Formats: sequence, structure tokens, C-alpha cells
Amino acid sequence: MEYGMLINYGLCTGCDTCEVSCLKEKGLNADEWGIKVQQIGPKKLGGAWEWDYVPVPSRLCDLCAERRAQGKVAPCEMHCLAKVIEILPVDKIAERMVELGGKKVTCFMP
Amino acid sequence: MTLADQPYVTEEDGVMKVRTCAWSPPGDHPVGCGLILHVKDNKLIKVEGDPENPVTNGRVCPRCLALDEIVYSEERLQSPMVRDRSERGKNTWKKISWDEAYDILEDKIHEIWDKYGAESIFTLTGTGRESTLYAPVYGPAICNTPNGASTYAFSGEACYGPRATITNYLLGAGVPEIDWAQYWEDRYDHPGYEVPKYIIVWGKDPLYSSPDGFFGHSIIDLMKRGSKIITIDPRLTWLGAHAEYHLQLRPGTDAAVGMGLLRVIIKEGLYDKEFVDKWCYGFEELVEAVEEWTPEKVQEVAWVDPEQLVGAARAFATNAPSTATWGVALDQSKASTQAAQCFLALCSICGYIDVPGGVTITKPTSFIGKWRYDMMDVLDPEMAAKHIVDPDGKYALFNAGAAMGGVQGDTLLNWLEGKWADRPEYYPLKMCWIIGNNPLACMADQPQRWYKAMQDLDFIVAQDIFMTPTIMGLCDLVLPLSTFAEHEGLVTPNYGRNQHFIGAMNEAIVNPNTKSDLEILIDMGRRMRPELWEGMETPDKFFDAKLKENYGYGLDEVKAVPAKMSGYEYRKYEKGLIRDDGQPGFQTTTGRIELYSPILDAFGEKPVPYYEEPEFSHLSHPELADEFPLYYTTGGRHISMFHSEHRQAGTTMRRLHPWPLVTINPAVAARYGIEEGDWVEVTSPQGSMTQKAHLTEEVNEKFIHVEHAWWFPEQDPEAPNLYGVFKANANNLIPHESVSVTGYGAPYKNGICKIRKVSGLDHE
Repeated sequence: MEYGMLINYGLCTGCDTCEVSCLKEKGLNADEWGIKVQQIGPKKLGGAWEWDYVPVPSRLCDLCAERRAQGKVAPCEMHCLAKVIEILPVDKIAERMVELGGKKVTCFMP
Repeated sequence: MTLADQPYVTEEDGVMKVRTCAWSPPGDHPVGCGLILHVKDNKLIKVEGDPENPVTNGRVCPRCLALDEIVYSEERLQSPMVRDRSERGKNTWKKISWDEAYDILEDKIHEIWDKYGAESIFTLTGTGRESTLYAPVYGPAICNTPNGASTYAFSGEACYGPRATITNYLLGAGVPEIDWAQYWEDRYDHPGYEVPKYIIVWGKDPLYSSPDGFFGHSIIDLMKRGSKIITIDPRLTWLGAHAEYHLQLRPGTDAAVGMGLLRVIIKEGLYDKEFVDKWCYGFEELVEAVEEWTPEKVQEVAWVDPEQLVGAARAFATNAPSTATWGVALDQSKASTQAAQCFLALCSICGYIDVPGGVTITKPTSFIGKWRYDMMDVLDPEMAAKHIVDPDGKYALFNAGAAMGGVQGDTLLNWLEGKWADRPEYYPLKMCWIIGNNPLACMADQPQRWYKAMQDLDFIVAQDIFMTPTIMGLCDLVLPLSTFAEHEGLVTPNYGRNQHFIGAMNEAIVNPNTKSDLEILIDMGRRMRPELWEGMETPDKFFDAKLKENYGYGLDEVKAVPAKMSGYEYRKYEKGLIRDDGQPGFQTTTGRIELYSPILDAFGEKPVPYYEEPEFSHLSHPELADEFPLYYTTGGRHISMFHSEHRQAGTTMRRLHPWPLVTINPAVAARYGIEEGDWVEVTSPQGSMTQKAHLTEEVNEKFIHVEHAWWFPEQDPEAPNLYGVFKANANNLIPHESVSVTGYGAPYKNGICKIRKVSGLDHE
């Protein structure tokens, strides 16, 4: 079963929790990252403020396959303060994206 | 009992997983985030969230995830240390044993008592840390001084105290909090709970600060459930960018905006008439007070777009239930009282107090509140009368000590500087004991003046997890603190003033070198005034006794669960559950919520809100407008740092946010030739400081925003540098004693300034 990482980035607040969770879980060096938060904005777009954060998993992200195989949740998903990260089977992702409102939701297969 | 046998520990592959609740040192306010500390052979190897914690549900911010880097930092204090008074500012500390340290402290207190009297001892405490719970006690109950309880090196006590005090008087309650179903295990599914339709977030950025016990990201939980946001903030915060309404006000004009909102709601008849008739006092006087605050006048004074103001007022008042939360910005202006009056009136006249999805309130104190008050009331009348107050009679409301005891911060600096040395009531202060505070970095307005004034003291002692600029510059004795992973404790959100749970802080690793604040206070209390500390040999005994007195259950019951939830009863005012006499109504002088406050009147403050222009603005000082063309706000912070904690070089937290940032609008920066990452000197009429430019439209072209509490542990520790504490220090900008007649509120977040590009943190 292939898995992907769904991100409800419309509500990501850029808290850096996923980055630090991953560093600690994987024992990465300080200049490495398994996931990194990108910031876009704030900038006025069509008269309203646009300000998004999008966490982007790197090639070092294996969606914590081993950990999940033990029935545990990936640390980025568990610790995420806004609860916007979900690791799901790919065939469930489209349905979940619509369920979340179908706006500012994305997914990654790192 | 070994660790493995404790009910809060599970074992997996030789790793002990210890459940606990967090509270600084280090890391956070009393949010009590549920953690699972992974421990192997008495070593913390990993931190995870506790998914069973009903409040945080496994969520943890970066600071606690990197807890190991603090626990095992080579820079941590691991032994009591002493230094000769003549060597202050020099890194010539000598390690001593705990017994030696306690003996020195005991001898010093006795010496001061005998030579000068106990009144010449004062305490300085901080805000936010675990020690906040015990801080009111150690001045009177250990040192026998009236100059103890909750004294800060802080102009206008400009954090929490103003809000807590005004709520005490106007609502007769603890601190109001939004209803995020925080009191129950089943949380948002609790029968009878309603999701607020609108949430006003006023002068607060809770997502990144989780203040006082409020788990900031619960706002996101509520947004997912349909809550809409109204922000009142000079800055565009992330929440502001995602809000229905953003009232972008001029710094320090909160009362004008508040009166404008009230006027719209009153004029358009949108308030809850039944609630106002039955439960509020002085509505007619409030109506009169806000009459002149038309949307146009609010715009003229406070910059707020009239459409946003009117829209926000209507949305808030006509969508019941809605709620509101207020932040430190309301404390950090001279007009803090008026802003707070407006905030409370707004929530009250809309009928949102103590209803599902509205604003929750509880009695002012719970848990160890009574113990705290009892322990402050242990001075003989002659000693109590020596309490330092302004000899000209200023700050009567503060000095009456409703929510906060202690010495008013501005009065204290004046006293230390000898302003009243020729007055009959004057006596010199000789000793200070600092707990949970790093005032030179964090709080002290005009920090160099505090630094100089405190040099005259005979003896200064502090306790902390790291050496700080304050300790290096001023102290003669330092006691090393344990982190929350290394001791027993309890977390009580909002310091007990609106407490949704009690959480056990469980010792996961043993550090024989350090002690907790409470352990130190108990040890010293039993040495100095043993009659007051009987039966309290250990924190566990203390907590167990206090829990049983207050709730009928003991420590074991708290330790057995992720969080002992408090439960909540709505509409307590109808049921006689707020007033001490059991009658319906509120615990105020009139028995109602006071929109008109007879108490404020009695203390020389106006009973209804009014507008006062900040002391340093382009309107109050038009002659300074050319030289200081911009406004500033301070207090900026990043999620990776808690006040002045987490600055240690090389740590993950410092790497996330390596330098103090001054936020500047790109158009303003262009005018001064400033680019992203340039060093920028900010100068107010009171002083200067330097931070690194960050260009963003989070601020408009009229003001800049600077960060607070910076020092640089990697720099020269010795005086005069003191880890660079005076270089990027936002408080250099702040005027001393620009406070209201109540003694509360100081302009940490509103002043005028100029900026220029400079070559570095150190520059000509």
C-alpha cells in the first residue's frame, strides 16, 4: 500500500513543530531536514490577505513507515499544533481532501 | 516505589515512558502540555506528546520537543555558586555545596534582619514560570518583609496584573477566558457546549505564545468547527490575515477602539437588554461615556477603518454566542484600565459572560490561592506598615493589593535610586532575592537604570537553570534549578484564576545537583520561619495536603490521569455560585458587573472608560514628530523561545530564530536604504537598541515592531557587556513611570522612534 502526506495548509500556522519533530525522530543534523515549512505572504491578493505556510517533506522523509508499522503515528502528524498533517493511503487522499473542504489542501508523496 | 511502578509510567523495551505536564523551567506558561518523556538509564532520550491528554491531544510545540538540549546543555547551572560582592559582573564564581549555599543565605537574612530590619529585603519575581504560584509567599513567609509578594522590576506591572485586577473589581471574578470546552474530558462534544460564532482576539497572538494557560492552537480547533475571527492589533498576524475583520489600530489607542465598538452596539440596539437590566450596573453612564466615539472619530484617533469597526461590532453582537480574548497589549499602555473596562463591557452587554461558547469566569482564586493569601498575611502590623509605597500617595489602587501584592515597579526603582532619601518614611533597601525572572533582559524599563540602582544592595541571590545577564551582573549567590522533567510539581492553568484542569508534573529523571523553586522555598522557609511551614517537608506532602483541603482528593488521584479536569457550570451568577455569600449576582460592591465602577472612582480613577492619548505620540508631542517619525511596538517573540529562555547558541531553538528581528514595512525600509537582514538601530526619546531588519507587510508604513528579551549567551559574560543584554534590549526604548493613576499599565507597546541602518549589533 502506497501512502501519502495530506496537508490542510489553509490552516498551517508555520509553528515549525513538524520540522523539529522530524529532526528529533530521525536524529538529523541541524542543517538537514525531513520536512521544512515554506512561507508565502503576507501579501494582498484580490483585495484580501494571502498568507500561507506549506510544510514540504524532503527526500529524507519516508513517512515514518517503520514507526507506523508498529501502529504509531508519525511525530510530525501527532505533534502538529494545527493538526493539518495526515499520512493516509493514497487511495483515501482524494476523498479526504474533499472532506476537508476542498480548499488549500495538498498532498505529497516524498 | 521505583519509577516503573508509578501509575504514570509505562515501560517499553527498557525505556520508561513518563507522563507529565510541562511548565517552565523551561518552555512555557501553565498550559501544562501533556508530554511523554522517554527515559533510559535516568537519561531523557526523547520527548513526545501525550495523545491521551484531553487539552493538547498529543500536540507539542518545538520548545518541549527540544527539551533534551536544555536538560543536557553544558552551560546549565549544576551547582550553587558564590561570588564576592566586589566581583559583581566578573565571571569569578566559586562552586559550593547546597548546605553551604543555604547557610550563606540564612546568615545573610539574619544579618539584614538584625542590622537593618526585615523591610530592607525585597523580592523580584517573574511571570509565566512555575514559580509564579509560590512567588507571592517567600517575601513575607520566609524573609518577613512587606516588600515581597509579586514584586517585579516592571513599569506598571504591565503583564496580567492589570487585567487580573480590573476583572477582580468589575466582574468579581478571576481572569476571563474564551470558552474552548477546556474544562471537560469530552471537550467539544460535551453536552451543552456551543462553539463561539465569532472570537475577538485583541492585542494577542496566542498561536505562538500560548499565554497563561490558554493552548493557543485551540483557536484553530475552533476555526475548524466554524468560529470566525476578529483581530484588534496594530500588526497583521497570521490570525489577522485569516480574520473576517482586522481592526488595525494605532498602538496604545485600544480604549478608543473599544468605545467605538461599544457605541455601535449600543446605538444600534444590538446588546442583550435583559442581561444588562438584570446583571449590569451603570449602563446609562457607559452610554454617555462612549457617545462621542463615532466610527469617524475612532478613525481619526486610532486609524481604524470605520467599515471594519462597524462590521466587527455588528458581527460580534448579533451572532450569539461569541467570545473574546485579550492579551498583554491591553496591559502595555498607560490607558490599560480603560481598555480593560471596554473589553469587559463589550463581553458583558452582549450577554456573553458565563454562557456556552462565550466568556468563562470562575472565582478569583482556587487551589492554593487561599494558602497564598494566608502566607502573605503573616507580618505583624508594624512590619506590614513599612510596605514601600509612593510617599506622595500615588497608585492607591495598586497599593490596595487586590489581585497583586508587592511594590509597584516604578515606585521601587524610584526608591532604589534614592528619590525619596530625605523623606521620613525612607529606609535603604539592602537585599534582593530573585526568582523566575531575568529582569535586565525581560521586564525592566530602562534596564541600565535598574542595573545601576541595584548595585548598591549588600546582597542579591537568584535561582535559575542558566547563568543570566541579571545574575552575572548583580548577584552574589546563585542556586541551580531543576527543569520540570527533574522535579515534582503541579500545573494550574491561569495560575488558578480560571483553572480548567490540574496536571501532575512528574519527576522523570533524577538530577541530584539541582532543586525546584518550591523545594528551595520549603527548605529556606523551614530555616527562617519554621512555624509557617509545618507539615510541608516536601513538595509532594505540600501538594497532597493542599489538594485535599480544596478538592477532597489527593495527589495520587492527579498523578493517575493525564489531566484532572475541573468541570464547569454555566450561568453561575444566576445560581449563587460566584458570590461568597451564595447569593445570585457577581462578587462586586454592587453585586452586578460594573460598567460604572464605584471602586475605581474611590481610587481616583474615572468610573467609566475614557480616552487618554499616550504620553509619547505624534499628537501629544507634535514637536517630536519630525525627529521620531515612526511608532514602535515591542514584545515580539518567536515560537522557539519563551521570554528570555532558549537563546543558547547552537541549540535547535536558537537555529530556528538566530537573531532579534525588527519588523519593518518594505516601503519604509526602502526610504532608509534598509534591506532584509541589515542591522537597524531603533531610537526613541528614551534610548536606543539594535536588531536585524525583517521586511514584511505585517506592519504598515506607520510603525515598526521589535522583539523582547534578547541576550546572547555566546558573548562575553562579564560587565559591561553582560552577554550583550543592553544591545538589542527593547526596554531601552521604554519611558520610566509613564503609568496611570492606578499604578497599572505602562507603554511597552506604544511609543515613537526613528530608525537607521548600522554596521552590526556593535556599531558606532
